[in-house]
Amino acid sequence: MTDVGNMQAGVVGTAPVAARPAIQVVPLKGLPIVAAVVAFVIASIAGNWLWALTFCHVAGGGLWTAIDLFVGLIVGPILGRLSVAARAEFTARFMPKMVLLMPTLVLMTLAAGFQLALKLGNLSPASPNHGWLVVSYCVVGVMAVIALGVLEPANIAVLFEMRKPNPDGAVIATLMRRFVLTAGVIGVMQVATLIIMTKVATQ
Amino acid sequence: MSGVSAAAPAPVLSRRFPPVAGLTTVSLGLVVIGGILMASYAPRRPPLGVPVAITVVSAALLLAGGYLTSRLRPFAWDRFFLVFWWALLAYVISAGVIGFAFVKDHVRGAPLAAVLVMLVIYALDVPLIIAFTVARYSSPAGHAGSLPDVSQPA
Repeated sequence: MTDVGNMQAGVVGTAPVAARPAIQVVPLKGLPIVAAVVAFVIASIAGNWLWALTFCHVAGGGLWTAIDLFVGLIVGPILGRLSVAARAEFTARFMPKMVLLMPTLVLMTLAAGFQLALKLGNLSPASPNHGWLVVSYCVVGVMAVIALGVLEPANIAVLFEMRKPNPDGAVIATLMRRFVLTAGVIGVMQVATLIIMTKVATQ
Repeated sequence: MSGVSAAAPAPVLSRRFPPVAGLTTVSLGLVVIGGILMASYAPRRPPLGVPVAITVVSAALLLAGGYLTSRLRPFAWDRFFLVFWWALLAYVISAGVIGFAFVKDHVRGAPLAAVLVMLVIYALDVPLIIAFTVARYSSPAGHAGSLPDVSQPA
């Protein structure tokens, strides 16, 4: 899954065309960064460090929300109007980064956020933020099911299809349709997250 | 992408499968709901009746998904396991970090056991969905020609 193939010859119908770069489903160069981030999150939770927890939650959440909104509301609609070949070209370069980036940001944001809320007393039923946090759990829960159950499997399946010597455009189009639809839904859910989190921060 | 074939639908696309991804996604959704119920009570001890019932149904759906997958013939098992093991590694780490937070926050006894079971289901659900989705669009190794409809039990 993480191996790097050689240059592969592409084929349209029966006519060979120019070679295209092999696709690395999981970019190996990014793994040490992911490991460092996960270690930092674990250390933040273990040490219960206010600054580190706040950094992980705010930086991770800001990036997660911004990327989801940008991809869902800007990139997704553009992608939906491209030809299958153009979508595939974009996907080959874009998705491997997302395979590493998004789960890392989500883990960083949620794990640090829960610990931060506990430390600041926001989880207490007496806190005015308790209700808002429960609503945020629900919003995140919906996003998690869409992202993990629909979006990520489709993204990875597209990457495997792209690695084949003769990728099937119909398979890629079918899977990318999921991406375009679900990315938009997640983008809208992220607007709800922004509203909730700014309410929590100002109460 | 100049190397993408735009030919007629391939057998892998037209082939029908049992609803493994659907069942497992519902299982994942139930675990998420159970987790939200548990987390909404933190730092108090949550009532366990509903979360445990949800977890049992979720586990049953996961097992059903695994069973249906295990009966698929022909199926791209090499591709399935390649993806499954790597995804399992990633999601065991993810579940481990979440579990660590609960242990660190002094969740103990039955609530901790319920959370851990949910995390195990989560760590199995996601790799199963990803691996099944990848393998269903792959041609089984050594298989040529049309592929049978496997959406109904034999």
